[in-house]
Amino acid sequence: MNDFIRDSLDHCVKCTICETYCPVSQVTPMFPGPKYAGPQAERYRGAGKSVDSSVDYCSGCGICTQVCPQDVKIAEINSRARAKLWEQRGVPLRNQMIARPTVIGRLGTPVAPLANWALHNRAVRGIVQSIVGIHRDAPMPSFAGKTFQKRSRNHRGPSDAPAVVYFHGCGTNYYEPLVGEMVVAVLEHNGFRVIVPEQDCCGLPLQSNGNFPAARTYVRRLVDRLVPHARAGLPIVSNSTSCGLMLKREAHEILGIEDEDLKIVSESMYDLCEFLLRLHERGQLRTDFGSLPLTVPYHAPCQQRGHGIGKPALDLLALVPDLHMIELDVDCCGIAGTYGLKKEKYEISMAVGKRLFSDIAATGSELAACDSETCRWQIAHGAGVTAVHPIELLYRAYGLDRQGQRDLVTTGTQPARVSG
Amino acid sequence: MSYDTVVVGAGLAGLTAALRLTERGQRVMIVARGVGATHLAPATIDVLGYLGDTRVGAPAGSLAALIAASPDHPYAHITADQLATAVTWFGAHAAALGYSGSVGENMLLPTALGVPKPSALAPRSMAGGDLRGGGRFLFVGFKGFKDFHPALIADNLVRAPLPLPITARALELEPPSSRLGDLSGRVIAGRFDADNLTDWLVGELENRVEPDERIGVPAVLGLRSGDQTWQELEKRLGCTVFEVSTLPPSVPGIRLFNALTAALRARGARLVLGVRAVGAHANNGHIDTIDVANATGTVSHAVGSVLLATGGFPSGGLELDSFGATRETVFDLPLIGVPETDRVRFAPNYFDPQPLASAGVPTDDLLRPVDANGHPVYTNLHAAGAILGGAIPWKEKSGTGISVASGYAAAEAILAPAAQSVSEAVR
Ligand SMILES: Cc1cc2nc3c(=O)[nH]c(=O)nc-3n(C[C@H](O)[C@H](O)[C@H](O)COP(=O)(O)OP(=O)(O)OC[C@H]3O[C@@H](n4cnc5c(N)ncnc54)[C@H](O)[C@@H]3O)c2cc1C
Ligand code: SF4
Ligand code: SF4
Repeated sequence: MNDFIRDSLDHCVKCTICETYCPVSQVTPMFPGPKYAGPQAERYRGAGKSVDSSVDYCSGCGICTQVCPQDVKIAEINSRARAKLWEQRGVPLRNQMIARPTVIGRLGTPVAPLANWALHNRAVRGIVQSIVGIHRDAPMPSFAGKTFQKRSRNHRGPSDAPAVVYFHGCGTNYYEPLVGEMVVAVLEHNGFRVIVPEQDCCGLPLQSNGNFPAARTYVRRLVDRLVPHARAGLPIVSNSTSCGLMLKREAHEILGIEDEDLKIVSESMYDLCEFLLRLHERGQLRTDFGSLPLTVPYHAPCQQRGHGIGKPALDLLALVPDLHMIELDVDCCGIAGTYGLKKEKYEISMAVGKRLFSDIAATGSELAACDSETCRWQIAHGAGVTAVHPIELLYRAYGLDRQGQRDLVTTGTQPARVSG
Repeated sequence: MSYDTVVVGAGLAGLTAALRLTERGQRVMIVARGVGATHLAPATIDVLGYLGDTRVGAPAGSLAALIAASPDHPYAHITADQLATAVTWFGAHAAALGYSGSVGENMLLPTALGVPKPSALAPRSMAGGDLRGGGRFLFVGFKGFKDFHPALIADNLVRAPLPLPITARALELEPPSSRLGDLSGRVIAGRFDADNLTDWLVGELENRVEPDERIGVPAVLGLRSGDQTWQELEKRLGCTVFEVSTLPPSVPGIRLFNALTAALRARGARLVLGVRAVGAHANNGHIDTIDVANATGTVSHAVGSVLLATGGFPSGGLELDSFGATRETVFDLPLIGVPETDRVRFAPNYFDPQPLASAGVPTDDLLRPVDANGHPVYTNLHAAGAILGGAIPWKEKSGTGISVASGYAAAEAILAPAAQSVSEAVR
């Protein structure tokens, strides 16, 4: 397996920079911090037994790897150690469940009203917490009922335009299909034909919950669906930052998949805003934006930073007249995918997010923007604001909401409308 | 994306330059493999602390002697006026830390090992520790906070060579227990931000301070609220309180990083961490695009200028391979201060003169890296900070001073290339 991950531990100079950034070790003694759990403990992990369980408290946010000046792959080392831990101890039922969004999605979608009632009913959630270990207060999105896949099947787009492939991910499919429709609308507005291949989960939740074999199966299945398009030279865009990163990098670096198909898919993957910004650089993005007189705090999710593409959403939104974005300076909202759902980690995740929530509150805005869906749900939950994907602001600025006669409907946890 | 300037490196040099460039309206992106030495070094600006073994009292006044002894020194490419302007400008622009001092004279500030260290500028929360005037000191530590021993500081300082004698004593306090485990400086600072440890500290010290004593505490008084906490302590205790720099991580250094990056964000600069500059495309000695490697591949950005602020060996700006070859990692630039590959590269004793100590990039007076003939390698590539050759920062106590001065000067050279070339011709 690609050992450059493990080998990178030798580059650690013990400078402690990662320690100063780790959002988790700053709020709980349960996790000793990236330097200890990562490069240091890894030396003892060899082929034998997993040496400690504290690594399970690493949220996998990836900030440590980004700031480490010596290129130590700390978060990746932790992620693998976590998988080994659960491989030896058996992955708990709870982790198995929340790691399969497509299974949950397929179960919940047909009975969406009932499932949503249950998801937001305190008594039910109390039972779920005690039996399954999902915290009763953790932010849970609502099932949309009709999936994005289903909705997009009836959609007729332009037929002769250049094509782009849309990897929408599970969040969009089951919980936020309207976000998916906005993505399609914006891409079509810019002269693209949008191909929506049938697709399943990318395996990321399984990976972060320590089930690597199952995660690999999911990655391979998804890659099989996407690779014909990638081979045909088509770009693939994703509005789910973490799922996009899974295909760009993590499937290879963490799951250790060495595969020509994956490589081609990786190289064709673009984060949605990254893709749009590239269009703009080539003078190909339509800039017929109408005025959007709003002040909106923006949080770049940690997984988005892992792409190493800067904050393209801010560059794009700067093109919109009268829209004032406030760039927040907090590394993590705390949720880290499924981390903050867990009974024993919910408090930690909320403590991590506290600063972000109060910084958002300090802006006085009722609206916040963030690229990642789980982070949006956490922000809506923790800061009590409506949290939207940047695409929603672009969609409105293009006036597509008026054309499509559609109200803005935003995140899964806060089906609030934006007025103004 | 296209930028007026891409700054490679997010240490003090890169951030200083970026701030100056954005202040003058440039569109700037900073790319960095990771965080630089800001998080490790105290936030003091040390312009020049030692000439050989002699402690320097007046850094600006000693530059000529330094340059005479080390003609390749980065300061040789920066005029005395520029240096003074840069340092003053820097102090004013990192206003959140409330810098005091000047390039005219050095303060002597205690370190965590009880060594008096010469610094031109210091955050006001540290400046009260200036040892030059002598007097009575109380050093306070927190039990469980590693590598900070007030008795060691007090003991070493009373024996250190100082202009006027001091007395010093030590006190170790037991911080209120918390659910947090390891007491790193960062964690204690977080507690000062969140739980108001100030009340506790005032309570502990109120009746223990003797008249005329100045109180030195570890520099962990909060990340967001450090300056306020310090002010509050002085007010409530009615005496001079000062922060003493700790071993890494450096809380004042993180405050500095945060203040500079906040200012940069407000001016629309982009900071991208976790990526690596890997090369450039040039035409006729002019860089057109710079290549940045991210999660999936390499992206080329069109640039007007590039600033190389990649630090020295510790941050990966320079690399020494196992065959003894040293190289600059982004552009493979010519280096000075590098022994031949078959020569000794390390002297046996740590404090011996080390053959590689001054390794780095040589430049012209516009801080452009030059080849062996003194010609700029690229007309629009400038360099600043620890990547510059000719200095021995840890010995001279000049590291942060070089970063600030050369960062500012390189920005000026980028902003006004034409005007500067004229003055170069006159010189
Ligand atoms: C523990 C410690 C204590 C110190 N104490 C003092 C002191 O008391 N007084 C003093 O004056 N000085 C001190 N120094 C030295 C001082 O901090 C440095 O000399 C100075 O700050 C260097 O700043 P810089 O910006 O040039 O480089 P650095 O801070 O080293 O930053 C270099 C940057 O470049 C990035 N980089 C490198 N290669 C690439 C690449 N290929 N692509 C993208 N990015 C890249 C790095 O990730 C980093 O962000 C200390 C240093 C340390 C480590
Ligand atoms: S930041 Fe990197 S080099 Fe520094 S302690 Fe952490 S892992 Fe080690
Ligand atoms: S991935 Fe995040 S939580 Fe885990 S060690 Fe790194 S910074 Fe801490």
